[in-house]
Amino acid sequence: MLEKALKGSRGYWIWIAFLLAVAAIGCFCYLQQLDYGLGITGMSRDVSWGLYIAQFTFLVGVAASAVMLVMPYYLHDYKAFGKITVMGEFLAVAAVIMCVLFIFVDLGQPSRVMNVLLHPSPTSILFWDMIVLSGYLIINMVTGWVVLSCTKKEIPPPGWVKPIIYISIPWAISIHTVTAFIYAGLPGRTFWLTAIMAPRFLASAFASGPALLIIFCLILKRFGRFDAGEKAIQALSRIVAYALAISIFFVLVELFTAFYSQIPEHTRHFQYLFAGLEGRHNLVPWMWTSAVLAFVALTMLLIPSIRRKEGWLAIACAFVFVSLWIEKGLGLVIPGFIPSPLETITEYFPTGTEVGITLGVWAVGLIILTLFYQIFVAVRSDIDGDSNRSGICERN
Amino acid sequence: MTTNRRDFLKIAGASALTLMTPAILRPSWAKEKMITPVSSLTAKRWAMAIDAAKCPPDCTDCITACHAVHNVPNFDNPKDEVKWIWTEPFAAAFPGEKHRYLANSLQQLRLPVFCNHCANPPCVRVCPTKATFQRRDGIIMMDYHRCIGCRLCMAACPYGARSMNYRDPRPFIAKINPDFPTRTKGVVEKCNFCEERLAKGMIPACVGACKQKALVFGDVENSRSDIWLLLDKRFNLRRRAHLGTAPQIYYIL
Repeated sequence: MLEKALKGSRGYWIWIAFLLAVAAIGCFCYLQQLDYGLGITGMSRDVSWGLYIAQFTFLVGVAASAVMLVMPYYLHDYKAFGKITVMGEFLAVAAVIMCVLFIFVDLGQPSRVMNVLLHPSPTSILFWDMIVLSGYLIINMVTGWVVLSCTKKEIPPPGWVKPIIYISIPWAISIHTVTAFIYAGLPGRTFWLTAIMAPRFLASAFASGPALLIIFCLILKRFGRFDAGEKAIQALSRIVAYALAISIFFVLVELFTAFYSQIPEHTRHFQYLFAGLEGRHNLVPWMWTSAVLAFVALTMLLIPSIRRKEGWLAIACAFVFVSLWIEKGLGLVIPGFIPSPLETITEYFPTGTEVGITLGVWAVGLIILTLFYQIFVAVRSDIDGDSNRSGICERN
Repeated sequence: MTTNRRDFLKIAGASALTLMTPAILRPSWAKEKMITPVSSLTAKRWAMAIDAAKCPPDCTDCITACHAVHNVPNFDNPKDEVKWIWTEPFAAAFPGEKHRYLANSLQQLRLPVFCNHCANPPCVRVCPTKATFQRRDGIIMMDYHRCIGCRLCMAACPYGARSMNYRDPRPFIAKINPDFPTRTKGVVEKCNFCEERLAKGMIPACVGACKQKALVFGDVENSRSDIWLLLDKRFNLRRRAHLGTAPQIYYIL
């Protein structure tokens, strides 16, 4: 089946070449970081996690969101998702690989990464995160590949794959819960010390992941000669709308708790985010952009006449994605460190090298995803009897 | 001799399993032993009391002594800064305790701050490789050769006591002390309560360097120790003790 990734249109190869170039630049930047140390990034003694861990946190959500396709199809027999569950699983695979890469580039001593296995520490949430993420990667790789192979042969998937698919449902919840626990269990970081951290993570994940899938489906429909079906896309958009509404609600709940109780330890981080503290307001424009985009997108998704137009739906989904990328990425990790436990306000600005590495990891993830989707579209169009077999051009 | 693939895999699998033997069968003579030299200082729980009122303004004797002994680099910029002990104003060391009418003498204080060697340390709990660990005498240690530089301990520490080597520290050490290891880039470090000096029967460098005797180091669980007697007499506070970390640095105020 892999050979199908080697056949593609000109657009496909240009896209792959572009991603390879970005990945190569990222690789070059990483070599610089390896040589100099993490001091080449904008991270500091006070803000000791930055863009990398932010991307990791966001992408765990994208990975977890595959469950929003798997659950309706396999548990509720929602047939419309039948064709695209594999897309969700492949998206999860690409996202988890990116997560692992982001953790890796964030390590000060990457050559010692195997120490996590050599000296397993069950009290560390990072240890459990490694277990759930690697498990989730394997589950999705196996189920996605097996189901697609069977689709190709036009036979039903083997019986043994069903239990694995069922396991993948709670497992998806677990990856984002465990990732939230990395933050929520730290005594000195009041911004993260909240019981709804895991629910918040899940709500935003179930909005941003399906939003991305809708965008991919629309792209494939336009350029890839694969139609996920109006019904599936509309069902996904309803999932995005509900999840986004819950996600916004959770943030408002956090804001209420902080600002009505008026406990300074809890309010200061939000003040820094939305208004700035002591004249430092690096993240303020970002957070307001995120907030406005979230409300605009929610309105667009709630109005059926807008939601049903593909162009508007694509815009709404892009808004959801950008809004939650800011909220989960920049707006969650960085303000946990600002102000510091010693009340110092140190701001964080990523450096060019850091951005280069980040884009490089994204490019690697997109290459993997493109290859998977190319195979997927080729298999589907063989079955669907598409006359135009060779003209597959896919963009992500 | 011919071997089919199935047999080969069986033999290879069995061979791989035998590699596990040392992990399962570990005779008593092969277990690690802790050897404590007779000359070393020992305690049930090491702790320190700080009588900050005795600290003269602008005195940095404890800092200089510690950073020289431990090869702490000086990068001259706050971003990459590595520090084991430093001073903070009262309001920063005890956030939330400051108010307008707090005695001016307290507001003016600059308190030495460093690792609290918590009895319930969050940094140890979160470390994914056990590179940071707690000794039986309470000292929180770092294994610079095991640390992968994930910095989860820095996020977990409520005192900001930990520093990351964001770049190679060696060129930035004024004078290398050959008796203590230098660190490599990409690992986290912090105060170690001078465990290397305790092992040789010496008190911590900061305590020894303080001419005012503002720092009192000792076994807080020994009712005849200086620190026990001092804490028994004088009002003292611990930083952010409400977090349940059970910090072992006591500030006499």
